[in-house]
Amino acid sequence: MSNSSMQSLHAIRHQHAAFADGLMLECGVALPHLDVAYRTHGALNADKTNAILICHALTADQYVAETHPLTGRPGWWDAVVGSGKPIDIDRYFVICTNVLGGCMGSTGPGSPRGEDPAELWGTDFPPVTVRDMVRAQKRLIDRLGIAKLFAVIGGSMGGMQVLDWAATYPDHVFAAVPIATAPYHSAQNIAFNEVGRQAIFADPDWKGGRYWEDDGAPARGLAVARMVAHITYLSEEALTRKFGRRQRSAAAPSGMSALFSDKFEVESYLQHQGSSFVGRFDANSYLTITRACDYFDLAAEHGDNLSAAFAGTSTRFCLISFTSDWLYPTAGSRAVARALNAAAANVSFVEIVSDKGHDAFLLDEPDFFRTLAGFLRGCAEHAGLNK
Amino acid sequence: MTDPVRYVAKNMRLDLRLIAEMIPARAKVLDIGSGDGSLIEHLFRTKQCDARGIEIDMAEVTHSVAHGLPVMQGDADSDLAQYPDGGFDYVVLSRTLQAVERPREVLRQMLRIGRHAVVSFPNFGHWLVRMQLLWSGRMPMTSVWARPWHETPNIHPCTIRDFFVLCAEEGYVVEKWLAVDEAGQRSPWRRWEGLANLFGEQALFQLRKA
Repeated sequence: MSNSSMQSLHAIRHQHAAFADGLMLECGVALPHLDVAYRTHGALNADKTNAILICHALTADQYVAETHPLTGRPGWWDAVVGSGKPIDIDRYFVICTNVLGGCMGSTGPGSPRGEDPAELWGTDFPPVTVRDMVRAQKRLIDRLGIAKLFAVIGGSMGGMQVLDWAATYPDHVFAAVPIATAPYHSAQNIAFNEVGRQAIFADPDWKGGRYWEDDGAPARGLAVARMVAHITYLSEEALTRKFGRRQRSAAAPSGMSALFSDKFEVESYLQHQGSSFVGRFDANSYLTITRACDYFDLAAEHGDNLSAAFAGTSTRFCLISFTSDWLYPTAGSRAVARALNAAAANVSFVEIVSDKGHDAFLLDEPDFFRTLAGFLRGCAEHAGLNK
Repeated sequence: MTDPVRYVAKNMRLDLRLIAEMIPARAKVLDIGSGDGSLIEHLFRTKQCDARGIEIDMAEVTHSVAHGLPVMQGDADSDLAQYPDGGFDYVVLSRTLQAVERPREVLRQMLRIGRHAVVSFPNFGHWLVRMQLLWSGRMPMTSVWARPWHETPNIHPCTIRDFFVLCAEEGYVVEKWLAVDEAGQRSPWRRWEGLANLFGEQALFQLRKA
C-alpha cells in the first residue's frame, strides 16, 4: 500500500461529536478526550421517539447508507437502510456511529494521544471492550437529546453491541435486533482473530505498532488478516458457487516459481479483498477491535447466567441467524433467545435459510428483509409510532 | 424441515375462536405451535393480550415475525424448560398434544410456566374411528385423522376419556372442557363424558394445577 493512501485514511474529516471530558474505560484507563464520529439519515420526530441506532460490524463504519468517502462505494447496508427499505428513513431517524477504537473519526489508536496532533496513541491505545463502544454511543445519544432509542440494530460485532445495549441500558432501548451474533466470542472466533493479528505482527512494516511514525502501514499483514477473516464470512457453498476450482493464468509474482503461474480464482478474489481493505483500515484499529470482540462474554459478568443480564427487561427482541453462518452459528442466537425466555422477555427468533454464510446479513435476503421490516412495524405499533 | 405439527388447517379459525373465548382480556399468553400466528394476533387485536408464540416450522415463524408478531422458533418438547415458573396467565397448545414426543411432560411444563393451560386435540374415541378399526381392521382414516399411519405426525393420539384419566393421574383440575364436531358445533351430548367421547371430533380443555 502506498503512503499516500494511508494519509488519506487519516486526512478525511468525519462528522463527529467531541466530548472534552473523555471516557473512563472498563480497563480503568481514562481517555482524556472522546470523539464519536457518526452519520444520520431521516428526521427525528418532535417527541424524539423514532431513533434507530445501527451498530456496525468489525470493519464497517458509520457510512451505512451513503457513498463511502474513501472507497466511493455504496453504504455497507444500502439494501437495508433507506427510503422504503426495511429500515425506512422516511419513518425513522437512523444514527450510525463509528465504534470506539475505529479509524473513521471516532477516538482510536490513530487518534492524537494528547495535545500534540502528531503523537498518536498507536499500540498504547488502551484495550477497549464492546461495553466501552456502547458507552461511547450512549454519550452521543444523550447529546442528541434522545431519552429512549426506538431500536438498536446490528449484525456480527454490531449484534454484540445490540446485546450489550439491551443489557446495560434496558430502559433506553424499546426494541433490539441482534443479527448473526453470539453472546460470547468462542474459542474458534478468537482463534481466527489471532491468526489475523499474528499476520500483522509478522509484517516487518508493522514496526511494533509504530508504523504511523513514518506514514507507513503493515499492508501485507493486514491484507492477510483480512483474507483469513473473509473466508470465515463465507460458506463453503458460496465459495464453490462463486469460484469452484476455476483457474486463470497470471504472471507469477517476481521471485516465485512456476508453481504459482496459474491462479485459482478464489485466490485472486481473496487477494483483492485483502489489498482493497488496507486502503481503508488502520492496522492498530484492527488489533484493538478484534481484541474487543474476543473479550466479549455477556454472561461472564452475571455469574455465567446469561438470562441474568436481561432480568426484568421490557425491551422487545428479535434475534436473527442464518443457516450457513458458521462464524456465529444459530446455536448462539438460540442460546440468547432461550436466556431471554428465562427472563420472561418478549422474544422473536428466526433462522433465515441462506447459503451465503455469515455475510448473508449484508446481502439481499428477502426473508431477512421481511422479518426485519415486519418486526419493526410491529414494534412501532406497540410504541405508538403509527399515528 | 420437519412437518408442522398442526395436523389440519380445516376449521382452524373456529378452533382458535373457541380457545380465544376462554382467555380474558389483557392476559399474558404463550401459544405453543402458533402456526401462522392467527391466535396471538387475534388476542392482541381484540383483547389487548400480551400474546407470544413458539412455532417449530421456520416458514411460519418468518411469516409471523414479518407480520409484527412475537414468535420464536422452537419446539414444545425442548423449548419450554427455560421459561420461568408462572411467567404466563395462559399457555395454549392447540391441536398439537398428539404430535409431541412427551405429552405428559409438555403438560407439566405448560402448568409450570402458566397458571392455566388450554389444550385442544382431536378425539381418537370418535365413533367413526372406532367403527373403522373394528370393521376394516386397519388404522382409521377420517377427515380429522387424514394421513396414513406411516405418514402422520400424530404419534400420541388419545381419546377424551384418556385425557380425563391423565388429568386425574397428574392431579390437574379440569376448569372447563367441551367437545365439538369437526364443524365446531357444540352438541347436546357435550356435558356427558361418555357421549362426548363417542361423538366429539375435537376436545378443548382448560386446566390448572390442583
